[in-house]
Amino acid sequence: MSGHERIGASRRELLIGALLVGGTLVVGGTPALAAVADEADFVAFGPFVRIAPDDSVTVIAKFSELGQGAQSGLAALVAEELDADWSKVSVENAAADVKLYARGGFGIQLTGGSGSITDSWDQLRKAGAAARAMFVSAAAAEWGVPAAEITVENGILSHAGSGKHSGFGRLVAAAAKVTPPAEPKLKPASAYKLIGTNRVTRLDARAKSTGTARFTQDVQSPGMLIAVVAHSPRFGGTVASFDDKAARKVAGVVDVVQIPSGVAVVASNTHAAIAGRDALVVQWNDDKAEKRSSGAIAEQYRAMAHGTEAVQWAPFDQRGDAAKAFDDPARTLDIDMTQPFLAHASMEPMNCVALVKEKGAKLTFGCQSQTMDQNVIAALLGCDPSDVEIETLPAGGSFGRRSVATADYQKEAVEVARRMKGRPVKLVWTREDDMGGGYYRPLTHHRARVAVDAAGYPSAWEHRIVTASLMRGTPFEMVIKDGVDSTGVEGVQGSPYLKATPVVDARAFHPETKVPVMWLRSVGATHTAMMMEHAIDQLAHRAKVDPVAYRRALYAKAKAESHLAVLDLAAQKAGWGKPIEKGWARGVAVHECFGSTVANIAEVSLVNGEPRVRRVVVAIDCGIAVAPDQVRAQMEGGIMYGLSYTLFGDVKIEDGIVQNRNFDGYRVLRLEEAPIVEVHILPSTRTPAGAGEPGTPVIGPAVANALLALTGKPTTALPLVKA
Amino acid sequence: MTKLNINGKDREISAAADTPLLWVLRDEMGLTGTKFGCGIAQCGACTVHADGEAIRSCVTTVEMAQGMRITTIEGLEAKHPLQAAWERHNVPQCGYCQSGQIMSAAALLATKPKPNDAEIVEAMNGNICRCGCYNRIVAAIKDAAGVAA
Ligand code: FES
Ligand code: FES
Repeated sequence: MSGHERIGASRRELLIGALLVGGTLVVGGTPALAAVADEADFVAFGPFVRIAPDDSVTVIAKFSELGQGAQSGLAALVAEELDADWSKVSVENAAADVKLYARGGFGIQLTGGSGSITDSWDQLRKAGAAARAMFVSAAAAEWGVPAAEITVENGILSHAGSGKHSGFGRLVAAAAKVTPPAEPKLKPASAYKLIGTNRVTRLDARAKSTGTARFTQDVQSPGMLIAVVAHSPRFGGTVASFDDKAARKVAGVVDVVQIPSGVAVVASNTHAAIAGRDALVVQWNDDKAEKRSSGAIAEQYRAMAHGTEAVQWAPFDQRGDAAKAFDDPARTLDIDMTQPFLAHASMEPMNCVALVKEKGAKLTFGCQSQTMDQNVIAALLGCDPSDVEIETLPAGGSFGRRSVATADYQKEAVEVARRMKGRPVKLVWTREDDMGGGYYRPLTHHRARVAVDAAGYPSAWEHRIVTASLMRGTPFEMVIKDGVDSTGVEGVQGSPYLKATPVVDARAFHPETKVPVMWLRSVGATHTAMMMEHAIDQLAHRAKVDPVAYRRALYAKAKAESHLAVLDLAAQKAGWGKPIEKGWARGVAVHECFGSTVANIAEVSLVNGEPRVRRVVVAIDCGIAVAPDQVRAQMEGGIMYGLSYTLFGDVKIEDGIVQNRNFDGYRVLRLEEAPIVEVHILPSTRTPAGAGEPGTPVIGPAVANALLALTGKPTTALPLVKA
Repeated sequence: MTKLNINGKDREISAAADTPLLWVLRDEMGLTGTKFGCGIAQCGACTVHADGEAIRSCVTTVEMAQGMRITTIEGLEAKHPLQAAWERHNVPQCGYCQSGQIMSAAALLATKPKPNDAEIVEAMNGNICRCGCYNRIVAAIKDAAGVAA
């Protein structure tokens, strides 16, 4: 997974034959194509596959590896159609090049929305199939046999009649000269040997088990400087003045410079940079800074949701006449849910290596949104985005944080580097910088008023959501329509429960926020799943109907087939309805996001007042599971992540200052709290959908629902465990 | 100059006595397998062995480490059975915590070759995995130790 290896000129000439752009095979070398090719690592088999004389197959991944395992799935798509030997397949990160590596739909190079496999499904299978056809053609010519008689298996081409066989490597030069097929033939699913099997292993497992995987934090080069920045303790604060005398006396400190986001201590090693910052004295100007507490913000959002503070509501689902729908208080249920700011808290705190050049810059880091970062840095330096070279490294987690639209930490690295004349600078955030640095999942208040019919099912649903907009001011602003940011309401909007309700009045308000906010793994679903799934259990509880049966009735009405299928599968595997020991209860929840529907059934008890989750049964419908073991891993990880924030997640702000900036104050799930997770994947022929995020938001409501069964008390605020 | 014994070799260290071992290993020795996660002994990403015992190198100073045999992930016996098990179970996700996880697990197995569930929890609870690989970490430890899952 090291940097890019430029292909030598002589070999490059030899290999000219075909170029695969955007999944479409383009034959020949027209001048326009040559221009594109010059900007990329031109290879005969297109920008996604490189095959070397030693038989090794390298898949170029335009999607970053953040832990979600997508790169192994991407490699499997190529390897399947190429009939490659999986043990000879490796993955390399693509260069930042929007012309070659943009994703469909977004038009930019970015990893997110659980869309890596979906986006690459056709593109990479075609890339593999085209390369395979080129090798078959080359072998047929060399052996003087019909191409149709040649088979490829496990990286070996063979001809039964003549007994001839060869690996890819020996035929590379000849295959590169073959004109690729205009429309490469793809295998039927029945012929898959790799896709859908546990043979798709994590290609990075060894490097990540031996300490040899190279993360941003591990980048070292001669002359490199380390920068640690003193940031304003309050969001929106700026440097008034600073005294760096003591900082400059720390052995190893090279310089202290003011940058727009604070004061940077630059040193020859990390310890000196941190010690230097500790010695720095900075006076902050808080005139424009946020000075409220998270509690005050929560109170304000509640007041807004309840109409005691007037706001301009933006409707996103309105059907029927709500005017008289809630007239019978005996048949109306009020539901509230406050959910706090959440920190992504990836294991590797944010960091970035930057080298500012005469023209442009080179960034080396766990990049998640190459195009956004290139654009921000280009605007900063006044160069063309293509002058911002990015070497993408594996990220030590992200959960969304690394695709921040403002490129806050990337920009910070460049701001320091441009003051360090031609020397590479590694910007290092400590844990405290990372968790205190903002860009949280926004604090959110949901309020619903639900009227029910004689059988206890919703007849009218009023819903209010107060949450800061994620997309305002980002390149994705177009998702805000008529005042509604779809990423703040998704999951309420489109909910099968609302579909099954005749009268609906759902509205949102997105307050301005000085506390920076952004998406976190599963985005809107992080709070909407909790609200909707816990609301349904409260309604079922009130109607004295079993929560699984209650959902079934609503899914049938809404024609939510995927919901029904995963609910039934999970219920059956979890033994729903069977007796459980005293003091334990099961809770169920189902949610759809990123094209996948997930059901969780959790077994929960209260131990010393804290919820204890011992087992979670998961059923998922994610279309074709390309790498089933990775889907399972993402369900396991998603549940741990979701359970962690449901139980403990809460960025506490007092007087504008984040109080819990490290794992001592910001509790996260540990091994002793980890439930056993059992995953069942629904067989499917549908195009693969997301797996990285959909596992996250379902566990929270499943636990809250189990607690409701156990105690009879609904949850109205998270986290469940108060610190 | 201070002398430290790292991965079986005596090394001259130029860092000051109060420097955390973590930064000496990473920045001075180039042994970057040991990770920085929290700096306050909360996450376990920086776990190394001192005389065979799992310690947090972020809160262990050069001075404290003197006279001890320090082992990092790079110095773990070649192809440690835990690493093979980690691969078999596809344990890592982002991978950033995994050096620390393996070093904690290796210290456990060195003293308790057949650990029970409670012993695994006790040895591993200080190692946070934000990707949530906990089920697989336990499964891989049991596999490597040859105890029933
Ligand atoms: S970095 Fe040492 S325990 Fe977290
Ligand atoms: S694998 Fe990512 S933190 Fe453990």
